[in-house]
Order: sequence, then C-alpha cells, then structure tokens
Amino acid sequence: MSGHVVSLKTYGAVFAALMALLAITVGVAYVQLGRFNVVAALTIAVVKALIIILYFMHVRYSPRLTWIFVSAGFFWLLILLSLLSTDYISRDWLPVPAGWEDAR
Amino acid sequence: MSERAAALAHQFDDLGQQHQAASLGMWVFLATEIMFFGGLFAGYAVYRSAYSRAFAESSHHLDIILGGVNTAVLLCSSLTMALAVRSAQLNRRRAIVLFLIATMVLGAVFLGVKFVEYRHKYEERLIPGPGFHLEAPQAQHAQLFFSFYFVMTGMHALHMVIGVPMLGVMGWLAFRGRFSRHYYSPVEMAGLYWHFVDIVWVFLFPMLYLIDRAG
Repeated sequence: MSGHVVSLKTYGAVFAALMALLAITVGVAYVQLGRFNVVAALTIAVVKALIIILYFMHVRYSPRLTWIFVSAGFFWLLILLSLLSTDYISRDWLPVPAGWEDAR
Repeated sequence: MSERAAALAHQFDDLGQQHQAASLGMWVFLATEIMFFGGLFAGYAVYRSAYSRAFAESSHHLDIILGGVNTAVLLCSSLTMALAVRSAQLNRRRAIVLFLIATMVLGAVFLGVKFVEYRHKYEERLIPGPGFHLEAPQAQHAQLFFSFYFVMTGMHALHMVIGVPMLGVMGWLAFRGRFSRHYYSPVEMAGLYWHFVDIVWVFLFPMLYLIDRAG
C-alpha cells in the first residue's frame, strides 16, 4: 500500500505552473478588459484549482470512486451558483407592477 | 508484517481498502466545506453585482502586494505538504517531519501577513461597525464589502489556525515513527485539508483583491 508516487519533476512543473499563473493573474488584473477581467481572473483560478486537485491532492491517480465523490462536491456547488444566478439575473426582466416599487 | 497489522483497523480487509475509505470520507467532508465557502462566495457575488461601484472602490483599499505574497507563500506550503506525503510514500521518516515543519512555518508566515493586513485595516478605520469611517459617497455599501472581506478571509484564516496544529500532531506522530510507506493515511488526509484551504485562497485572492483593479 504505497499509492502512486508522483515524481519530483512533475511536482516541480506543477509548482512552476502555479507560480506562473499567479504572476499572470496579477498582471492581467492591471489590464483594462472591462467585464472580461472577472472572466480572466476566474478562469485562471479554476485552472489553478484543477492543477492542485489533480496533482497535489492525487485525484489524477485515484480510483474512479474518488472522482465521483470529488465531482459530486463541485457539482452541488454548481447547482447552488446556477440556481442563484437564474434568480438574480432574471429579476429585472419582467416589469414590476405599479405600487410595488414604493414598497421595496 | 506486524507493522502493517498494527496499522490495520479490524473492519477493513487490507490497508489499501482502509486508505480508500479514509480518502472518500475526507472528500465527503471537503464537499461540505465546498458548500460552506461556496455560500460565502455566492453571497459576495450577489452583492458585488448589486453595488459594483462601491465594491470596486473598496477593493482598492486592499494591499495587492501583501495578498500576492501570501498567495505565493500558500502555494509553497502546498508544495512542501505534497512533498511530506511523498516522503511518507517513500518511507523517508525524517523528511516527513522536516517537510511538515516547513509547511507549518509557511502557514504561520501566511497568518502573520494576514495579521499585518488586518492591523492596517484597523488603523485605516475600515473595520465594519460604529468605528467604520470612509470618505466615499456609498460608505454603507463599502462597509458591506469589508464585512464580506473579514468574514471570508477570517473563515479562511480560521481553517489555517486549525490546520497548523493538525500538521503539528502529524509531525509528532511521524517523529515517533508511526508512519511508513504501508500506513500514511493521516498525513495524506491532513494534506487534502491543507490543499483545500489553499484552493479557497486561490479564489479569494482574485475575487477580493484583483477583479476591479483595472477599473
């Protein structure tokens, strides 16, 4: 029982990638991209998280059952975020009947 | 052989099955943590879109250099944590202890920097409450930003405060020779926790410090 031993070379590459992504995300934050600043920051964060999960947390070398447990956690988070955003995004789509505005 | 037998709890067939069960249990716990921090992130996203200007201006009061340094420190600590687990897999007992100590030191550095940041906020009177003071048209909404900032980074820091002594216990057990390449599940599970806390920060840093920097 000793599991998959990740080579030092792989860990070195993973660490270098994480540091490079950190530098990129800080650099991109100063570039004027409008709403794409958020998209860029979150995309880089997701990539960093995936690298950490797959290599540092050994999920890449884990059995399928572990994959299911890991995905379930993030899938439930996705349910939370998507149902929440459908509410807040669509809130202003329908006109509010007269009289309700004052009560708000 | 007796070493393996001593590490095996009687309800499991073998050490592989035992390790697998521990790993699944840890991931179930981490799923609850994902939902816990996910709720905070969702709340932050809702109010950030509602009061985007006040949130953007408030985020300029955060120190991007200290935040960036802390991100680097935490990524380094994740590397040393992964190397501690690797040392256990390779039966290098002294190296486990050394890498765990390195991880704890880096964790302490992170908390120290966080403390400095919090003190700056205190001196600038940016702690939400009666003492809050900010010359801005939407000070109320700015106060909301700092409430999110302190709760989210505070909960993250609390996880670190729990994690560091946990690694200390692991280091002590490793020093006593309790782990080998046959049995190192506790070190690996503590590692999963540590990496998860790192991932939370990987999202906190851009969301709080970076997103509105160019605006």
